[in-house]
Amino acid sequence: MSTNVRTRRERGAIAARRPWSRDRVETLILTILRWVVIAGILLVTLFPFYYMIILSVRPISSLLQDPGSLWVSASEFSLDTYTSVLQNPSEGGQGFLIFMRNSALVAVGTVFATLLLAIPGSYAISRLDFFGRRKVSALFLAVYLFPSILLAIPLFVFFTRIGLRGELLGLLLVYVAQVVPVSIYMLRNYFETIPISLEEAASIDGANRFTIMRRISLPLAMPAIVSNGLYIFMIAWNEFLFALLFLVESRQNWTVSLGLSQLAGSIEVPTTVLMAGSVILTLPIIIIFFAAERLLTEGLTAGAEKG
Amino acid sequence: MSTTPRGDSAAPARDSAPVQRTRNKRSSMAKAEQRAGLTLISPTLIIVLVLIVIPILWTIMLSFQQIRLLNLRTAGVLGNYTVSNFAEVFSSPGFLEALIITLVYSVAGTGLAIGLGLVTALALRKPFRGRTFVRAATLIPYVAPIVAVTFVWTTMLNPQFGIINHWGTTFLGWEEAVPFLSERQREVSFLGITFTVPTALFTVIAFEAWRSFPFAFLFLTARLQAVPASLDEAARVDGATPTQRFRYILLPQLLPTIAVLSVLRFIWTFNSFDDIYLLTGGGAGTEVVAVRVYNFLISRGDIGAAAAQAVVLAAILAVLVGIYLKFFAKKEEVS
Repeated sequence: MSTNVRTRRERGAIAARRPWSRDRVETLILTILRWVVIAGILLVTLFPFYYMIILSVRPISSLLQDPGSLWVSASEFSLDTYTSVLQNPSEGGQGFLIFMRNSALVAVGTVFATLLLAIPGSYAISRLDFFGRRKVSALFLAVYLFPSILLAIPLFVFFTRIGLRGELLGLLLVYVAQVVPVSIYMLRNYFETIPISLEEAASIDGANRFTIMRRISLPLAMPAIVSNGLYIFMIAWNEFLFALLFLVESRQNWTVSLGLSQLAGSIEVPTTVLMAGSVILTLPIIIIFFAAERLLTEGLTAGAEKG
Repeated sequence: MSTTPRGDSAAPARDSAPVQRTRNKRSSMAKAEQRAGLTLISPTLIIVLVLIVIPILWTIMLSFQQIRLLNLRTAGVLGNYTVSNFAEVFSSPGFLEALIITLVYSVAGTGLAIGLGLVTALALRKPFRGRTFVRAATLIPYVAPIVAVTFVWTTMLNPQFGIINHWGTTFLGWEEAVPFLSERQREVSFLGITFTVPTALFTVIAFEAWRSFPFAFLFLTARLQAVPASLDEAARVDGATPTQRFRYILLPQLLPTIAVLSVLRFIWTFNSFDDIYLLTGGGAGTEVVAVRVYNFLISRGDIGAAAAQAVVLAAILAVLVGIYLKFFAKKEEVS
């Protein structure tokens, strides 16, 4: 840091000695602006999350007394909000532990089901020459871009009729169908970076198609598969619209997102308790994101590039 | 170039199609490959067809039928087809208003998000200590669960105990708390001129920009890293100032990326339901078409009218996707 300050001071000294050229003025202004922008960005992106954490450990009475406070004093700090939000409704809580179980079940189920479909699918699209490959790719791209509200109506009607509305399984199926195309795009891009000569070599050694997939391509694509799995987990964990459409009437099946949004409308549950719920909802995503940041940012651009 | 049936893996699609059609004798290996390909893709294809393609077609059918949630169980596939839903949709002022709001929301949200993303990408271009952390932090609004972030925003903007209104009235001299999410419009005086500002709409646009600028930032950063340093150096030697270097060197390099980003973000914002539903519920002049479709479906139980509006939304979108595929996807495929 100190070298930075020195160079800026030096630059300032030089600029003071020489006449003010446009280049010098611009450089000086932009150097200052740059730090202003960086500070501004950090403030804007992180402040809401800081506020979330602060509110989640304060009792509601202290929030109403002093809404502008930016820290928690030791006397008002309490984790009661967390026990209250996690406990079962029968014990006077909001039942977020059950919601977390539901979210985890749906999200993990979606990840495995999607990968089970997407790995062979993307391999086929990147490696095998079959009739209609081009059309399948175009179809998936279109699916990726189309509004989910368009699907909401018929799926709502359809699942009501067959009695799967209100079931986690129905939600899982819809998630898989929505995510598989994106997943195939991301994995396909990765498969195409693996040299085909490796597979040809295995083929000459007598390996059949299945063995090649399992022994050569799959291990090589593992980093992409892992990041893809995390990405799918995040999508499924964060999803709201279909959870709202399908599960709203069966409280025992609510996901964390749905539970939070439904309780946010009621007056009985204190805001600070729901903030604890928000932290619980956000935390798994933040942990995954920071644990696999590089993998994921590459995945985000790779997946979206084609979309 | 295309004598082998498999073609080169890097550019397979365009080469292989004519090969397939002009097949004189196909080796058994190619046939096996054909079979393997179809076997591997078919489970995905089936689930996408059943849960996406057929429902989309079904929406179109529903939009021509007079179906309500109440008579859903008795209605058959071969119901009475009519265009009355569309007539109703186009003649109602509510739909046109929703369409205009959707457009304003999408254009402003997209523009702001890309502008903010560009500024961020430029500010974080040169390395400094802690840049990795700042970059990761920047992406949090985009990856965090939508329900959690909208809840924090509604709490921050709450007129009774929200921190923004508290600071505004305490430090900035606001006369009263501003109900950011429930007020249709307000008069704002600035430098002696009074404007009418659509409060809630501006707030949801600001939210959209905050939520999606990281996406633009990510794309633009990736593109910036690919700009050869020699270009910048050459311009520097020629005496170009920083703003000139941006205007004449960087911006032309970034424009294709910005174009793709604009289309993508526009499409997604155009369809978006969650953000506005969770922030305002579609009240106070923020009812976009997606939220309106939901309200028709759930509150009114009018499946036909909801479907008709969804179809119109999708039709407008299809045109946009068509433009995107025609002008941008091809170029990317080549590069």
